[in-house]
Amino acid sequence: MKNYGVFDILGPVMIGPSSSHTAGAARLGKIGQEIVDGNFYKVTFYLHGSFAKTYKGHGTNRALVAGVLGMDPSDERIKDSLNIAKEKGIDIEFVETDLGYEHPNTVKMIFHYKNKDDYYIIGSSIGGGNILITNINGNKVEFSGDYPTILIKYKDQKGSISRISSILSDRNINIATMKVSREGKIATMVMEIDNPIEDEIIGLITLLDEVIYITGINPIER
Amino acid sequence: MFNKGTELLNLCKKQNKKIYEIVIEKEMNDANISYEELMDKMTLVLDTMINSSNSALDKEIISISRLTGGNAKKMENYKNQNKTISGDLITSAMARALSTSEVNASMGRIVAAPTAGASGILPSALITTKERFNLSDEDMIHGLFTAAGIGEIVAKNATISGAEGGCQAECGVASSMAAAAIIEMVGGDVEASLNAASFALINILGLVCDPVSGLVEFPCALRNASGVANALISADLAMAGIKSLIPFDEVVDAMYKVGKAMPETLRETALGGVAATPTGEKLKKGTL
Repeated sequence: MKNYGVFDILGPVMIGPSSSHTAGAARLGKIGQEIVDGNFYKVTFYLHGSFAKTYKGHGTNRALVAGVLGMDPSDERIKDSLNIAKEKGIDIEFVETDLGYEHPNTVKMIFHYKNKDDYYIIGSSIGGGNILITNINGNKVEFSGDYPTILIKYKDQKGSISRISSILSDRNINIATMKVSREGKIATMVMEIDNPIEDEIIGLITLLDEVIYITGINPIER
Repeated sequence: MFNKGTELLNLCKKQNKKIYEIVIEKEMNDANISYEELMDKMTLVLDTMINSSNSALDKEIISISRLTGGNAKKMENYKNQNKTISGDLITSAMARALSTSEVNASMGRIVAAPTAGASGILPSALITTKERFNLSDEDMIHGLFTAAGIGEIVAKNATISGAEGGCQAECGVASSMAAAAIIEMVGGDVEASLNAASFALINILGLVCDPVSGLVEFPCALRNASGVANALISADLAMAGIKSLIPFDEVVDAMYKVGKAMPETLRETALGGVAATPTGEKLKKGTL
């Protein structure tokens, strides 16, 4: 039996009309913006399932765009986000599609850059404003954005998990959840931690020989 | 800690407390926050609710899909002509519930209570009760905690999702939460609160979720209006001393089972009910 708090019942304070189609969509966009480099000139949203069918009437399109512009789900400017994007010179495109076996409210967000490769993120809005990020640029992941999250790609070798986790424990940081997967010789680790992410931690993990890529993702407001 | 209505009732009796006091203690403990922090958060909830209940009363707010809107203002104007059939209190409550629903459909700011689709009921019930008895904002805050306690029990033991349980799980639960809150605001006891919560759920048991075009607009706004009326009359039934033959916890179980027995077409898919009528189908083609 899941435990509920007062603000699970009276909340979120949000922009309507739908916690899954609007508030959750804004959080998906916002987490995308947290993960990628900020100098994208265009974002393409591939909408799947119910997102594809009802996005205009639910304002899912405006919420997603508001999110990638950095707005929170309670921001009253969400309504005008399409115009705000235009003013900022960011191109926006929506494509209705079928992403296969995904949750009905799923979006694939592709961030386009002038001077480097595109970068994509797939995530679902799973109800009540809760989200699940399932893919970051080809890396299968699973995290909610409710906690500070660290994503690390590294050359799989003995002792990597221990080296990474000791950096955290040495600094008194508790790991809430950890998921490790491997494709070929490259491993992907996703950790949700209980403390805010500090640049120092990211710097220290980057120094490990095996680490190819690391990013810290701050939690997204409800 | 409580999972069921009976447990909540026993806690209140043993400690000689109201529901809202037990809920506040539980939240401070579970979320590890101070009384002041908790009140600050709830004040933001209340302020948002008061705004959304008022803002469509004196100006027409039209939905993003342009399918609905302007009805809160119509209702408010009608009330002001003093010719209402069901009286000022009910019509005013309905106008406020419509207001929040319209704010929601136009991408304005609301509080999900327990969901965005049912967000008009609780704010209107609290404000209406406050005005009727000249109560304070603090009384409304207490009412919010009472309502949250009832909502927690339903969410734990059944569902508050239209996709899972139909509209009875959204507007029905909102009415149930609101009815219990009204009772505590007017000084009724814990048994009366649970009776009122039971009545509100029983009154709409089986209500389907059939949003036209799949949008949170029609009949959602109407059901927010009838939902707040349901909360008010359920509270009156309980304050009159009428008792529910079936205890609250069993009513919640029944609501869950009825939801499970509903075909998927009647659970937020827009494939049944008024959504699947010839006109509903036509509107769907026009808006999507």
